[in-house]
Amino acid sequence: MAWEPHIFKELHQIPREEHVFPGTSLCAGCGGLESLRLASKVLGSHVVYVNAAGCFTNLAAFPFTPLDASWLYTTMGSAPAGAQGVRDALDVLIAKGRLPKEEDLKVVVLGGDGSTYDMALSSTSGAITRKLDFYYFCYDNEAYGNTGVQLSPATPYGACTSTSPCAAQHPSGTTQEKKDIFEIWRAHKPPYMATVSPRFPLDLEEKFARAAAYPGPKLFLAFAACPTGWLFDPAHTPDVARLAVECGLWPLKEALNGAVVHTYRPKLQPVEDYLKLQGRFRHLFEPTVQTDVIAHIQGRVNAYWEQVEKAEKTA
Amino acid sequence: MTADMMTGNFAAAWGARLADVDYVPAFPITPQTEIVEALSAWCGNGTLNARFVTLDSEHSMMTAAGAAAATGARVFTATSSQGLLHAFEVLYTIAGWRVPLVLVNVSRALASPITLEPDHNDVLAARDSGFLQIHAETCQEVVDSILMAYRIAEDPRVCLPVMVNLDGFYLSFTREPVVLPDPAMVQAFLPPFRPTHLGFKASAPHALGTAVFGGATYSYFRHQMHLASMNALRVHEEAAVEFERLCGRRYDVVEGYRLDDAEDVLIMTNAFASKGKGAVDVARAEGKRVGLLRLRMIRPWPADAIRQALQGRRAVAVLDQNLSPGQGGILFQEVAACLYHEALRPRALCSFIGGLGGKNISEGEFRAIFEQTAEAGIRGQGIGPVLLYTESEHREMEQLQYLAHDLKTGK
Repeated sequence: MAWEPHIFKELHQIPREEHVFPGTSLCAGCGGLESLRLASKVLGSHVVYVNAAGCFTNLAAFPFTPLDASWLYTTMGSAPAGAQGVRDALDVLIAKGRLPKEEDLKVVVLGGDGSTYDMALSSTSGAITRKLDFYYFCYDNEAYGNTGVQLSPATPYGACTSTSPCAAQHPSGTTQEKKDIFEIWRAHKPPYMATVSPRFPLDLEEKFARAAAYPGPKLFLAFAACPTGWLFDPAHTPDVARLAVECGLWPLKEALNGAVVHTYRPKLQPVEDYLKLQGRFRHLFEPTVQTDVIAHIQGRVNAYWEQVEKAEKTA
Repeated sequence: MTADMMTGNFAAAWGARLADVDYVPAFPITPQTEIVEALSAWCGNGTLNARFVTLDSEHSMMTAAGAAAATGARVFTATSSQGLLHAFEVLYTIAGWRVPLVLVNVSRALASPITLEPDHNDVLAARDSGFLQIHAETCQEVVDSILMAYRIAEDPRVCLPVMVNLDGFYLSFTREPVVLPDPAMVQAFLPPFRPTHLGFKASAPHALGTAVFGGATYSYFRHQMHLASMNALRVHEEAAVEFERLCGRRYDVVEGYRLDDAEDVLIMTNAFASKGKGAVDVARAEGKRVGLLRLRMIRPWPADAIRQALQGRRAVAVLDQNLSPGQGGILFQEVAACLYHEALRPRALCSFIGGLGGKNISEGEFRAIFEQTAEAGIRGQGIGPVLLYTESEHREMEQLQYLAHDLKTGK
């Protein structure tokens, strides 16, 4: 049975109200910011964003912030623990009558893939295990972006970064596979998890709206097309974000209490359509075409979706 | 008032309980664990109306502590040694948030080699973080200092976190008589925590810990922390007066012991200062005019109080229970710096390193300190750093080395 949105069926249903305002110091065409803007339309302004070191740390730069919500910058490795402290303190102050209940806030961790997949993993694991009531919003641009695009565990096989360049020893650039953070989270049995893409705004809004009904840890992995790091014209951010989904590389899915449902069935266009748009994969096509590397990427995508189909048939 | 026998750790837990804290994020580490165990029990049975949460590391623990304080809760936490260092970047981060929480550090020497017993390289490593530091000598002082720490930290002129230090094993696991302050008295001394500059709420969004671009902005905020820390000297004085009025016990930033007519002064901190005072008594009985200055507040550095206590002395010995490899004793450097502009500065300043990793400091070693310091004063030239190490300790160490060699080579 195909996944159907219940609340957001038409684009005009997306709230027009903005909570992320223009004029940030992020890069032009930042796909992560696009996701955050859409997410905030459902999250609203009664939010405290607990930020980990990364690109988004530049959002709140004294004395400016583009948000109409609260903000706490923590460290790279412990934003979920910061969320724990804020959530616990809000609960305690409300219980003791020192803060009116209507002053309560949603606690949202805002971290990049470097923090999410790597340094904050212990802190995240602890927060999920303690069933902390919070949102985890990861803008995944598949590299340590703010430091100039180095290899992260979210970097996909075949991509070139400044610490995994195309070289004689490793012509594919990155030799590792992208870490499956979704499954690492799922092993912790959180009540709600989803992947989102800003090119599928109804899907994104629907997921944030549904998640609100689930107290406890809620993961959102947002595809963050990165013109600066992936080397494409900022004007192409929408195309890159759309093709990541349509080529099957960024599956849109949701897991309610661990049960995974794919929320969109992609056309499964050839991965070249996606790769060719980006400078980080240019070495796969020039000066010679690395057919084995491209075939490997395509093979991984095919295997993933075959697995999905098999699982759906069994179910 | 009757005294209860309790360990330094239990006294620390009582300090948090009497301060009526709201939140205790925790992580176990020897020799601190007993503190969070006691608080866990009290939070569990409702004796203390606070939330107790075990985090995944000290790094997370300190982050949660700072974040909860930034939200407006009164927060207590505790750690030791490796745990303090694991949380190191967070110490600086939350001090910059200007959150007034109290952290108890139970001193323990740092790896490597890994060990459990105390010295002060852990707590002194954090001296530049922005945390204030109070170092306690007795179990009584632990509980009293925690109450004073909250009052100082929460004062609008300060708004900085405070670290209260006590020595692992020697104080953490040693029972001493402790008179617990009456809860009504504590209420009079420590008003409820209702910060106006902190707190996240729906009606008033605000951003904390934002990035700054440009050194001028950074310098401004960093210097504000320095000024706030310096304010703590006066705020401590006020707190000490009020605490004495209510409880009858007086704590100053430094404590002089038999200083009045002392020619030579030994400077110490923490629990080993009790040994030092004993050694002063012995030396006095032999007719030597010696005294002891215990540094209780390390941050802010009470330069004036130290200078006043040391001016006109013949010689001063600083006994550091820490070692900065390639430099020597950490407190020695700071004492020397604050004496530079003193016209009547002592003729000699001596540096001794002792008690590393919990090594005992024997009567003989104290005797040697006083003798060598007196000689240096007569000579008008300081010595050090001198490592305190006895002949029998050296022999035992040689035996261990022989054994290690034999095991390795099979000979």
